[in-house]
Amino acid sequence: MPVNEQISAKERMAIARVKMPEQDPQVRNRTFTEVNLGLPEQLALLEAKRCLQCKVAKCIAGCPVLVDIPRFLGFIVDGDLEAAARSLLGDNALPAVTGRVCPQETQCEEVCIRGLKGAPVAIGYLERFVADWARDHLTGAFMTPAPASGKKVAVVGSGPAGLTAAGELIKLGHAVTIYEAFHTPGGVLVYGIPEFRLPKEIVRAEVARLEAQGVKIECNTVVGKTYTLAELRAEHDAVFVAVGAGLPVFMNVAGENLKGVYSANEYLTRVNLMAAYDFPNNATPVLKGKRVAVVGGGNVAMDAVRTAKRLGADEAMIVYRRGKTELPARAEEVHHAEEEGIRFDFQVAPLEVLGNDQGWVTGLRCIRMELGEPDDSGRRRPVPVPGSEFIFPCDIVIVAIGTRANPLLTSTSPDLRLNRWGNIEAGEDGATSLPGVFAGGDIVRGAATVILAMGDGKRAAKAIDAYLQNL
Amino acid sequence: MHTILSNTQLAPNVTRLTVTAPRIAQIRQAGQFVIVRSGPGAERIPLTIADADAAAGTITLVIQAVGQSTKELVALQPGEELRDIVGPLGRATELPEHGHAVCVGGGVGTAVVHPIAQGLARAGVQVTSIIGGRSREWVIFEEELRALGTTIVCTDDGSYGRHGFVTDALRDVLAAGGVDAVYAVGPVPMMRAVAEVTRPLGVHTIVSLNPIMIDGTGMCGGCRVSIGGETKFACVDGPEFDGHQVDFDELRDRLGTYRQYEQAAQDHACKMGQG
Ligand SMILES: Cc1cc2nc3c(=O)[nH]c(=O)nc-3n(C[C@H](O)[C@H](O)[C@H](O)COP(=O)(O)OP(=O)(O)OC[C@H]3O[C@@H](n4cnc5c(N)ncnc54)[C@H](O)[C@@H]3O)c2cc1C
Ligand code: FES
Repeated sequence: MPVNEQISAKERMAIARVKMPEQDPQVRNRTFTEVNLGLPEQLALLEAKRCLQCKVAKCIAGCPVLVDIPRFLGFIVDGDLEAAARSLLGDNALPAVTGRVCPQETQCEEVCIRGLKGAPVAIGYLERFVADWARDHLTGAFMTPAPASGKKVAVVGSGPAGLTAAGELIKLGHAVTIYEAFHTPGGVLVYGIPEFRLPKEIVRAEVARLEAQGVKIECNTVVGKTYTLAELRAEHDAVFVAVGAGLPVFMNVAGENLKGVYSANEYLTRVNLMAAYDFPNNATPVLKGKRVAVVGGGNVAMDAVRTAKRLGADEAMIVYRRGKTELPARAEEVHHAEEEGIRFDFQVAPLEVLGNDQGWVTGLRCIRMELGEPDDSGRRRPVPVPGSEFIFPCDIVIVAIGTRANPLLTSTSPDLRLNRWGNIEAGEDGATSLPGVFAGGDIVRGAATVILAMGDGKRAAKAIDAYLQNL
Repeated sequence: MHTILSNTQLAPNVTRLTVTAPRIAQIRQAGQFVIVRSGPGAERIPLTIADADAAAGTITLVIQAVGQSTKELVALQPGEELRDIVGPLGRATELPEHGHAVCVGGGVGTAVVHPIAQGLARAGVQVTSIIGGRSREWVIFEEELRALGTTIVCTDDGSYGRHGFVTDALRDVLAAGGVDAVYAVGPVPMMRAVAEVTRPLGVHTIVSLNPIMIDGTGMCGGCRVSIGGETKFACVDGPEFDGHQVDFDELRDRLGTYRQYEQAAQDHACKMGQG
């Protein structure tokens, strides 16, 4: 009988949740190497045993791509890591990525039965463990692709949505070409999320695996400029548009064009994609501030502020309009940021960026906020506290208050129906108003998450396959 | 991959590269640019498409080697490869179909004004070009522009053509009347001076801006410029704007953001034996 079936519930309940081995906060806040070190096999085995193997596993429904979690955890307990890897990879194309960046606490782990009394199973850590094992041990294509269908699909954008769709479509035997605007594929995974959270090597390996399976990637191709959507559509049997939500939103306050004010997109792209942390070995520079203010409270803001600290800031601070409990960032990122010495100032709104006569940032003028009367939606909106203005002296301001849909592609495709925020209108299966054109990820949802983008890619691939069969 | 076909020095530290880029050569329009990266670890550099040959599948780039990255670019020799070229980016020049336009080019900006003049001439506009440089050896694209219409050359030191600034020549041309539009590309002070000359006369003036860029697709906002008090992203909303609305002070200022880093880049290159 497999080991997994021999362990009693009592035995399972007796095990406490593992702690992820991490680099020391005071060491890591000066380097870009990964914070979480990954579970050693012994700990992973122990943690997997904590899973109660529920008959009706809520965690599966909690996962946007429906990973069969008890199944791959069971294989870990059996010591059959290859089976665990095959099971996981069959459900999720990029587990090494999602194991690191998913907000597990609001998905699978939130509904884990063990969380009712005590801590949920560390599903994210185990996902990462299996995925990393697979990267080191499973070589070559382990899925036999379907015979060639003779159909061609274009995927626009190589973020998680595009990569996932490409992976699914190639498995089904379709010829897939990804068109990517940047010189390197990966989307937010390479230009946004920093090395210390998601080593770029992982993304490179995933991309290489797709290429080995036959996916073609054309970088330096901006759809809407190099080719129009209509041209791509004419040359392929279907198109999947997954261009993300790339347009940075600024605060619209005075002083925002001073030297030292960055959008988070620019700051992170310089540091991650262009490797500015390694200037001058890499030629792209980034300003290194002594005191850095990051405006916003999401993952992007956390990544920017922790990056600033690593680039040598004495003080790196989050300025956020609401309170700590409203921070939209992953809990682990907030926790890590605190450990690394990031300061948080809550219920504060910036009014103006101050500068000197040389055009450099010198500070951020802010005002304190309090929660006002509930608005129509019932949510209490923050309102300014009169007379509470203050100045935070700083030399860098990073604006991380969100992104919108980039109109570059959509504006050259007038028949593609958009919603009033400029996002592409798409059904559950990704179908848009144009026959044969599907869309998913942030360009449909607005800035969301990696796993939701992947879910869209997976569903759209299925719908595209059905569409191609009916041609 | 893009192959360098020719590398010609046009002026002290101004180089013309002809490089294969069939798709871009085929569809580029006047006023558009590409972003080039010479290899792993290199910067992304925006460069105007100075000319293109759709049949041959080539584009021409004119590069002033000021910083380390542009120096590396102009060191590329025929036969060598350029990994990354993306484009064509930016909006195309809005070309009127008749009338008289004056194209003003300063220094390497003359290479940017050339495709605009070409576009205007093809659209049926009468083109007068005024181009300038510090001295004779800095004057570029004279022949190409002469082929498109009357061309006045100015040098700061009087070593060639008219002695003086392009704005002096522009004043004279405007005084003769009948000018419908002025297109100016060059160093920020020159474009500002041109805009100041045309403003009182109410002559429509278009300038092409060259802020620091990364992606060239609107995703970073690093290229933002103030136009009539409103923030625009030069890579997607421009690069051409109404010269009378541009905040040139801010542009010049922002262009200096990384000046302190340039020395470090150069020193590093020397150490690596590339200087
Ligand atoms: C700094 C940062 C941190 C984040 N952290 C997390 C996290 O911890 N967990 C999480 O779940 N989510 C996180 N997110 C959100 C997550 O990254 C996104 O929701 C997800 O990447 C969206 O995937 P996508 O495939 O839709 O688009 P993207 O990843 O944005 O990819 C779009 C791709 O399309 C390309 N493209 C754009 N326009 C064109 C065009 N016209 N032609 C060709 N190519 C084009 C882009 O260059 C890009 O490569 C974070 C986002 C950022 C910015
Ligand atoms: S260069 Fe990034 S938005 Fe223009």
